[in-house]
Amino acid sequence: MRIIADTGACVGAGQCALVAGTLFDQDDDGIVELLEEHPGAADEPAARRAASLCPARAITIED
Amino acid sequence: MHVVVIGASVAGVTLAEALRASGHSGPITLVGAEPHAPYARPPLSKQVLDGTWEPDRAALRTASELQALGVTLRTGATATSVAPLRHEVVVDGDPLGYDVLVLATGVGPARPVLPGRSVHVLRTLDDAVALRAAWRRATSVAVLGTGVLGSELASAARKTGHDVTMIGRSGRLTFGTVGALLSDRLAELHRANGVSLRLAPTDPSTVSADLVVAAIGGRPRTDWLTGSGLTIDDGVVCDATGQAAPDVFAIGDVARWTDPSTGRAVRVEHQTNAIEQALAVAATLTGGPPQAAPTPFFWSEVHGVRIQAAGVFDADVPLVADDDEPRILRQPAGVVGWGAPRAFRLARAELTAVTTPA
Repeated sequence: MRIIADTGACVGAGQCALVAGTLFDQDDDGIVELLEEHPGAADEPAARRAASLCPARAITIED
Repeated sequence: MHVVVIGASVAGVTLAEALRASGHSGPITLVGAEPHAPYARPPLSKQVLDGTWEPDRAALRTASELQALGVTLRTGATATSVAPLRHEVVVDGDPLGYDVLVLATGVGPARPVLPGRSVHVLRTLDDAVALRAAWRRATSVAVLGTGVLGSELASAARKTGHDVTMIGRSGRLTFGTVGALLSDRLAELHRANGVSLRLAPTDPSTVSADLVVAAIGGRPRTDWLTGSGLTIDDGVVCDATGQAAPDVFAIGDVARWTDPSTGRAVRVEHQTNAIEQALAVAATLTGGPPQAAPTPFFWSEVHGVRIQAAGVFDADVPLVADDDEPRILRQPAGVVGWGAPRAFRLARAELTAVTTPA
């Protein structure tokens, strides 16, 4: 799995960092920072949940 | 299992995707009343209105993504009645059988009548396109309504250089789940950005404006459910899992889920709530682990300030700023971030850990 986070689309809601704090962080403006582009199997459900919850559709998952 | 979803906005689309992600391979039919493919509403009052985005960019999914989902998408189709005992819903005059029905019809905006004036509202993509065209010809905008959408409209109108007056009757500005607790701060923010406020009935009653847009709330779209036997009371009343009747669920703005901690049925008009409820119902339908009830979360951006709120708020209890971070405002069961997204997220995570133990 590969995670792509589009900082241009991000609106800083912080849903990703809340549900998958090991994969995502936010800068001081709230914009997404990707901590782990290739998550381990254990983190894949959290990555998918973060993508689903993103109100700006800024997170894409490639399998 | 044929899942029929009435309403093709973010709740319905998220449900369809979550069902597929959880391994549901049966048919899914998504019925939308509007002629458009599913689109996101939050950008309508922001990027679409201020012209940053062309309307197409609000699409929730590309055509190929929708095709890959294997969903039968019926746009411009109207559901007119449901017979839960027969497991049948009538769409465009023809019965459509279902195994599971999910109601996701959202709310319709209230439209005030002003004699001799056309009044815009903003709920659909078509509303946004019509408003944007009128907006470009106007120099002054009157916003009727003092809620979040009213604040967003005033903010967008200032960004595009309009003279703006916000008009209300309650004397206060409200912000979703936070109610009027942020009224003074919001008023100060609007004034600092050049918005005139006429919030009290005693304020001068004549406002001249080229364009009037109303954001005075709306009603759940449940008229078509009259006689269905479902409990309708300011929305579709559901249990704590979103179930309204055997094999009937409701999600998003139209749904009133019972809060297990208080026993009260609560309706939340916010996109994040719609997404959380869709994920929870998909888990229920596919036999996944039960999802914790989502902690209400609400956010907006007004004059460039990101305002976020999580939890539940008591209207009679003041918000208290943190000593070391004055942009974080708290109550016992709720927290607000005022232009502090990162600090807010940390505060929200603490709140969620306290209020929803795993």
